[in-house]
Amino acid sequence: MLTKRIIACLDVDAGRVVKGVQFSDLRDAGDPAELALAHGCAGADELVLLDISATYENRSTLLDVVRRTARQLFIPFTVGGGIRSLDDAAAVFDAGADKVTVNSAALADPSLIGRIAHRYGSQAVIVAIDALRVSNGKVMSFGVKATGGRHSTGRDAVVWAREAERSGAGEVLLTSIDRDGMRDGFDCDLTRAIVSAVNIPVIASGGAGAAEHFVQVFREGRADAALAASIFHLGITPIGELKQDLQAAGVPMRWPC
Amino acid sequence: MIAIVDYKAGNLASVKKAFDYLGHESVMTADPSEIARASKVVLPGVGNFEATTALAGVLHEAVVKAIERQIPLLGICLGMQWMFESSREAPQLRGLGLFSGECQKFPATVKSPHVGWNQLQVSGTSRLLRGLPQDSFVYFTHSYRAPVVEATVGKCEYGGAFSAVVERGELFGVQFHPEKSGAAGLHLLRNFCEL
Repeated sequence: MLTKRIIACLDVDAGRVVKGVQFSDLRDAGDPAELALAHGCAGADELVLLDISATYENRSTLLDVVRRTARQLFIPFTVGGGIRSLDDAAAVFDAGADKVTVNSAALADPSLIGRIAHRYGSQAVIVAIDALRVSNGKVMSFGVKATGGRHSTGRDAVVWAREAERSGAGEVLLTSIDRDGMRDGFDCDLTRAIVSAVNIPVIASGGAGAAEHFVQVFREGRADAALAASIFHLGITPIGELKQDLQAAGVPMRWPC
Repeated sequence: MIAIVDYKAGNLASVKKAFDYLGHESVMTADPSEIARASKVVLPGVGNFEATTALAGVLHEAVVKAIERQIPLLGICLGMQWMFESSREAPQLRGLGLFSGECQKFPATVKSPHVGWNQLQVSGTSRLLRGLPQDSFVYFTHSYRAPVVEATVGKCEYGGAFSAVVERGELFGVQFHPEKSGAAGLHLLRNFCEL
């Protein structure tokens, strides 16, 4: 049976893993390569490295960090942040990434998704969507932000997810800006809205704090995978324990692994 | 020396890295003479079936010669699909035709691509899978799948059964990524190295 995936995320700034709350207030959480190895050994199903400052500071992804981190890993490794062209993506693949995430650049030019997918396959292209709840009177919707949550795009998350799929995306990495770093649970409404809209896997992100949050996002949110960062780095929730809890709750897990 | 055929499709370095880790020498190459000297050949690949057009000409010849020399050949993911006759992903192209059948898209009843850790049902005697426990978890990521054929020694279920591992003589193909499948994948690659 295809299992639900637990993905450990390393937000990297200037070569170090950092963790913020609601996309700001960054704190140092360690060395990317060391943390990657530790998460892989602990039972993470995948590892994602996001160069969170790349787009904003207009520089390319830290290929050295990617190379060093990739060397340690025998699980899937995704890299994002600052990928603006097919060449940027190619450099990241060459450095050892299995998949890339595109975000701001794909919003500016959705054809980038198709160009990467054409060369590397759809399964290698993840469109990252940073979404925010928008309340318009009684109607609730989800807006999309670009450049690390800094700029509004005027786009609707559901509409953009569909367009991303049509353009060739193989997965959606969906982050709730409202819940990022809050550790009070994933945004299950947001997740379910996107899962219902597309036929590609959706990775839920933002808000992981305890095992029950993962159970909720897999059951109520119908996510295919869930991503967390700080709770794993800081040892708040060991991945192995989390997977055992989820397995006990009836969620299919790769465990033992 | 294991030759990893470099046709610019996806993450070749990760396959090399796994062989390095296992202590077996390998080289990523697009040089036919290097493939001619190799003791084993790996056809890696992630991506669109169309990427196999890069395998036309001299590389195609080199791979065919390696098969004639009866050295072990391992196709991974797209590399395995290329060992079949064709794929709906690029119907105008031909595969190597080492295994019969055409690769097809998943049915609309399941999400595609099939991404994640799924279980391997060992369904035949296999040198490649020797010592691997039944229902081991391995990592898949693909939008097209190969049919179950006579040479299928490992199956996987996702919207129906498909070939996860094919094997006949010195020809081996795996749909999943052993270089990304943790301990189970490394076990399989070690088996290949020790053939």
